Amino acid sequence: MNVLSDNFAMFREGFLGTVELTALSAVLALVLGTLIAAFRVSPVPALRIFGSAWVTLLRNTPLVLLFLAVTLGLPALGLKGWDSFWLAVMALGCYTSAFICEAIRSGINTVPVGQAEAARSIGMTFSQTLGQIVLPQAARTAIPPIGSLLIALAKNTAIASGFNVTELGSVQKTLNAASGYNIYVIFLWIAICYIIITFTISGLFRLLENRLAVAR
Amino acid sequence: MSEISVTKDAAPAADALVVLSKVNKHFGALHVLQDIDLTIARGEVVVVIGPSGSGKSTLCRTINRLETTDSGSITIDGKPLPQEGRELARLRSDVGMVFQSFNLFAHKTVLENVTLGQVKVRKKARKEAEEKARTLLDRVGVGAQADKYPAQLSGGQQQRVAIARALAMDPKVMLFDEPTSALDPEMINEVLEVMQQLARDGMTMVVVTHEMGFARSAANRVVFMADGRIVEEARPDQFFSNPRSDRAKDFLSKILHH
Repeated sequence: MNVLSDNFAMFREGFLGTVELTALSAVLALVLGTLIAAFRVSPVPALRIFGSAWVTLLRNTPLVLLFLAVTLGLPALGLKGWDSFWLAVMALGCYTSAFICEAIRSGINTVPVGQAEAARSIGMTFSQTLGQIVLPQAARTAIPPIGSLLIALAKNTAIASGFNVTELGSVQKTLNAASGYNIYVIFLWIAICYIIITFTISGLFRLLENRLAVAR
Repeated sequence: MSEISVTKDAAPAADALVVLSKVNKHFGALHVLQDIDLTIARGEVVVVIGPSGSGKSTLCRTINRLETTDSGSITIDGKPLPQEGRELARLRSDVGMVFQSFNLFAHKTVLENVTLGQVKVRKKARKEAEEKARTLLDRVGVGAQADKYPAQLSGGQQQRVAIARALAMDPKVMLFDEPTSALDPEMINEVLEVMQQLARDGMTMVVVTHEMGFARSAANRVVFMADGRIVEEARPDQFFSNPRSDRAKDFLSKILHH
């Protein structure tokens, strides 16, 4: 009668599904977010416009609509053959990248202008100045909000259950439908799974914060 | 204004390294640089003085294009300053700059501050860059601080590291934008001494400063600016003992006789 031991394989698959979805979306969001932040502070006006359009569009669109847009929109544009997992990674990654971009940009704004001026005055290019001098110092202030954004991302992955992806949300739905189990117990175990994931993320970010704080 | 025409006494430049011609710049309605013509010869030490707001820092910063200009031309060693991008970066690497607020890279050690440009811009091997950095740090008297972070150093030490960082690029000319204005009085001399030595070694220097003692002893030429214009140029002994423009007389009377 124990819902966890009876359905351990299903729980494990759902748990791993959520972990994979979170991890891959996080990587996409961090890469895109950093790139778009670089666009937004670049000296090229076209890139700055693209960057603010990206953020405005993705930050203000409900995530469910974004899921619909990629699952229905991409095949309509001729991009067929993506399975639902990768479509979910794309929706979650792009959505979160807009927030990451703004967290990084607020970090960049805390770095004194003189730091970039000094880098430029010794002949460093824009990308060297950003990569060597500005971003490492911006990271100190950007890391805590990025941690929060990735925790939000982990919980946002539950939306993917509505789009045919195996993860914790879909496990919960299946078990509820199967009946015979106490619904509160199902919720409890699902919640514990999410807590394991989110606590891991906050632990990793606390480590990162401490590491960066020492290197001053 | 009574003294529109520039009074020139200094000898004309034989081997021009930095040439500014008809440079203009506005900050909104404020015309900060008005038709600036200035030629700096190789090996020359030019000290720019003037009341605050006269545009002397802006002038210094336009020479490596940390400030853009509205019109006019600036050439360094015969090459006009590029607008942006890699060309500009390459040219900047030949122009050393020392800032009022030091601007050492806060997340890097003193040694890394002095090696970074050599490795990333000059593409030198790390070992070679570190050797050069240690030599330069010894030369400016902060060799013992190589492994510390900038925040652990005094202002005077930080500014000397900043000078070493600029020298590490083997610049053709060094710009100093009020290098001692943010320092405690007892640290000013240690920085000025390094600059004096640099001047004696034949470095081409443009120094914006309020240190009249340095201007007297190290400058080949004093450029006096007021209200965005170069009002007077003269040898330091002439300028301090016998200023020609009313503006310079007024300025000197305020700072020299207490």
